Amino acid sequence: MANTSFWSYANPTKFMATTAWLLPVTGWLAGICLVVGLIWGFFFTPDDFRQGSTVKIIYLHVPSALMAINAWLMMLVASLIWLIRRHHVSALAAKAAAPVGITMTLIALATGAIWGQPMWGTWWEWEPRLTSFLILFLFYIGYVALWSAIEDGDTAADLTSVLCIVGSVFALLSRYAVNFWNQGLHQGATLSLDKDENIANVFYFPLLVCIAGFALLFVVLVLAGTRTEIRARRLSALLARERMA
Amino acid sequence: MPELGKYAAEVSLAYVISIALVLGIVALTVWRSRRVRRALEDVEERRRSNG
Repeated sequence: MANTSFWSYANPTKFMATTAWLLPVTGWLAGICLVVGLIWGFFFTPDDFRQGSTVKIIYLHVPSALMAINAWLMMLVASLIWLIRRHHVSALAAKAAAPVGITMTLIALATGAIWGQPMWGTWWEWEPRLTSFLILFLFYIGYVALWSAIEDGDTAADLTSVLCIVGSVFALLSRYAVNFWNQGLHQGATLSLDKDENIANVFYFPLLVCIAGFALLFVVLVLAGTRTEIRARRLSALLARERMA
Repeated sequence: MPELGKYAAEVSLAYVISIALVLGIVALTVWRSRRVRRALEDVEERRRSNG
């Protein structure tokens, strides 16, 4: 009987076979959501009565900030799977997610600064949410640097997994800082299940499409990156075998 | 083009930077994928031809 459990995808052959057809499908969906969401948000939504046209930055800032935090949480889960079950694919998936997380964090920081300048009168403020986000960015850089610094793949996966667990404190702080400390310039959560607190529908629906687009883009890039890491590991094993022969 | 008013520069800059970063990570991912796949194919081909 075919093994269809979640853990069967820890087998690199099965992972490569499944992602070979999943990748183009997810890629097309990501592209469609991003193009539709950004065009809808940029061209067909009104200005905000207080923030003017800067409200259009929401379609980039909120999805990228969400994915910056969620990418680290995905890396945390993958790292824990590596530490507990020693599945190589999970360690390689965490490694592949880091550059995507860096990109999402950079977009969130850049768009936040550009949005903050006209609204708050400053590009940057050392307040809880912004500061924890900057520390998260530095953790991403440290994580990628640690992977590059250690030649042995398993040792690198062990040490980066520990770093990921430590960095998760800042990923969670980035998400919940506005709830912990009722201070700072940054507003509360943009999205809420409470209808009165949530943003108006005219901004909400295109934002949902953009969030779906960024999430799918993240999945595509992580799947593609993991496939590359699996091939790179096989390549280095074959080259090592050639050197020993 | 929508009327962006006095914040046109800020909104445009946010979109240009973000789209450039997204295209950059997509290009980097595709480039590295192709490079590694080609290198692996070369090594596997060499092993096959060497028996």
